[in-house]
Amino acid sequence: MLCDVCKCNDAAVFLTQIVDGKMQKVNLCEGCSKEKGVQDPTGFALADLLLGIGAAEEIEKGGSSTRCPVCGFTQADFKKTGRLGCSSCYVAFAEGLNSLLKAMHKGTAHVGKLPTRAQKTLALSDRMKTLTENLRKAVQEENYERSNSWRVN
Amino acid sequence: MKFQNLMASTGEWLRGEGPHHQVVVSSRVRLARNLRNRAFPGWAKKAERTMILELIKPRVEELPEMQEPFSELLQDLSALEKQVLVERHLISREHAAKSVGSAIIMNRKQTLSVMVNEEDHLRMQSIRSGLQLRQAFKLVDKVDSALEGKLDFAYDAKLGYLTACPTNVGTGMRASAMLHLPGLVLSELINQVIQAVNKIGLAVRGLYGEGTEAMGNLFQISNQTTLGEKEDEIISRLNKVIETIIEKEQDARQVLIQKKPNTLWDQIGRAYGLLTYAHAMTSKEALNLLSVVKLGIDLGAFPEDKRLAIDQLFIETQPAHLQKSTQQKLNAEERDHFRAQIIRERLKSFPKPDISKVAREPEPTGNSEPEKNE
Ligand SMILES: [Zn+2]
Ligand SMILES: [Zn+2]
Repeated sequence: MLCDVCKCNDAAVFLTQIVDGKMQKVNLCEGCSKEKGVQDPTGFALADLLLGIGAAEEIEKGGSSTRCPVCGFTQADFKKTGRLGCSSCYVAFAEGLNSLLKAMHKGTAHVGKLPTRAQKTLALSDRMKTLTENLRKAVQEENYERSNSWRVN
Repeated sequence: MKFQNLMASTGEWLRGEGPHHQVVVSSRVRLARNLRNRAFPGWAKKAERTMILELIKPRVEELPEMQEPFSELLQDLSALEKQVLVERHLISREHAAKSVGSAIIMNRKQTLSVMVNEEDHLRMQSIRSGLQLRQAFKLVDKVDSALEGKLDFAYDAKLGYLTACPTNVGTGMRASAMLHLPGLVLSELINQVIQAVNKIGLAVRGLYGEGTEAMGNLFQISNQTTLGEKEDEIISRLNKVIETIIEKEQDARQVLIQKKPNTLWDQIGRAYGLLTYAHAMTSKEALNLLSVVKLGIDLGAFPEDKRLAIDQLFIETQPAHLQKSTQQKLNAEERDHFRAQIIRERLKSFPKPDISKVAREPEPTGNSEPEKNE
C-alpha cells in the first residue's frame, strides 16, 4: 500500500480515527509520518492530515486556475501543504472551502469571540456588501424599479 | 530572562497543585491569530516573515503579563534548547523546527507562551496544572483582547478568525488536557474510553505513542472542531467529558484495589525496585515506571510529599533535559545510564511502598464500562 501523502513510498503507519461517527483512515510512509508530526501526538490531528490529502480535491471544484490575488497562492500549493497562503485565500477559494469546512466542523459560521474593532466596522461593511449585492442583482435583472428603491436606501 | 534561569525553575503547571491533579496533569488553551492580508508563515518569504515578526514581537513583550519575559529568536536557540522547550510543552515540535523569522516569548512563571510565526503568525498558549481550562482560557483571551487593539487580526464576519489551516478557523482555539490514566490502562478499558470520546468529536491520543501503547499512561484530550461553537461551549463540553473520565479512572483504580490487589502491588513494588536500583533505563521504561509510582502516591502507598519529585522526573528524564543538565551530547546508551543515575539519586530518600496505608473506598457503585457521552 502506498503512502497517501507522497504516493511514492510504502505506507508504514496506519491511522484510524472516528470523528462524529465517521471513520477516517490515513496510511503514511515513515518519512511523511515524521514530517506530519504523527510521532508527536501533541502536534498531530488526523483532520490536518486528511485536509492535506482529500481537501485538495474539494478545493479544486472552485476552478483549477484560481489564484489568490493577495498572496498568489494556488490550489496546487494547497494540495502540497494542506495550508492556505493568507487570510484572503479564504475569499479566493471560498467555493471549494465551504464544503470542506462543513465536513470538518460543527457548523459553517463562527459564533464565538468578536474582536471589538470588528464589531463596528464589520457591521458597516456587511451592510454595504448586502446593499451593493442587492443593487447589482437588481440591475442585472433589469428590475429598475427595485434597483431604484435600493439606491434610495 | 536567560535560558539557564528557565531551566532551573519548573513551570507552575508542573507543580501539580491544580484541581483534580491526581488524574489531570495539566490544562492548555491556545489561540491562533493572523495578521490581515499578510502571507501566513508557511507561505511568506523570509523577508516578509521577519517583517511580521518585528511587527508582532514588541507588542507581545510590552504586555503587562510579560514582565521580564523569556524572549528569544528561534535562530538564537540551540537545537537542544528548543528540544527542552518542547519537552516542557512550552513550544510545539513544529515551532522547534523554525529558525529565522520566528520567536518565542513567555512569562517567568511559564504559564503563558506566545509563538510568533509558527504555523500562524501568533499562537498564544496558556498552560496550568490540573483541570483549569477556564482559567487558562481567561488568560489567553485577555492577552488576545490586548493585542487586537494594536494588531490588525484577520477576522471574517462569517468564518471568524482566519488561520493557515482550515481545521483551526473560527475560534482558532485548541483546548486540551493531559490526563494520567494508569487505572484505565491496567484494567484494559482505555480503548473503549478513547473510542467513546472520539465519537463525540473530541480527540484523545497517547501523549507519546498511541492507545494502550501510550507511554507513561499519559493521554491528551482536545477539541477537534473550531467553527460553529462558542469558546465557552467547547470548554464546557471538554470539562464534562474530562470529569466523566476522571470518575472512570477512579472507579477503575478502586476495582483494581479490590479485585486485583496482588497485580497492583506487584506493579508498584517492581516499579519502585527498578527505579531505585537500575543502572540503565530507556525513556519509555522510565515513563512507564514513574507512572506506576505516581499511581502509588495517589493511592497512598507512598507519602504525598514525594509527588513533586516524581512529577519532575517525568520531564527531567526526557532526552534533551538529560543532555542539557550534563552539558554534553550523549548517545543513547549514555543517556540510559545517566537517566537511571538521576532517578536513583532522586529516589534515595524515597520510602518503600506501604500498602497498609492505601485508602480503600467502598465498592464503586457505577459500572466500570465507559459510557458514551451523547
Ligand atoms: Zn510518504
Ligand atoms: Zn492568499
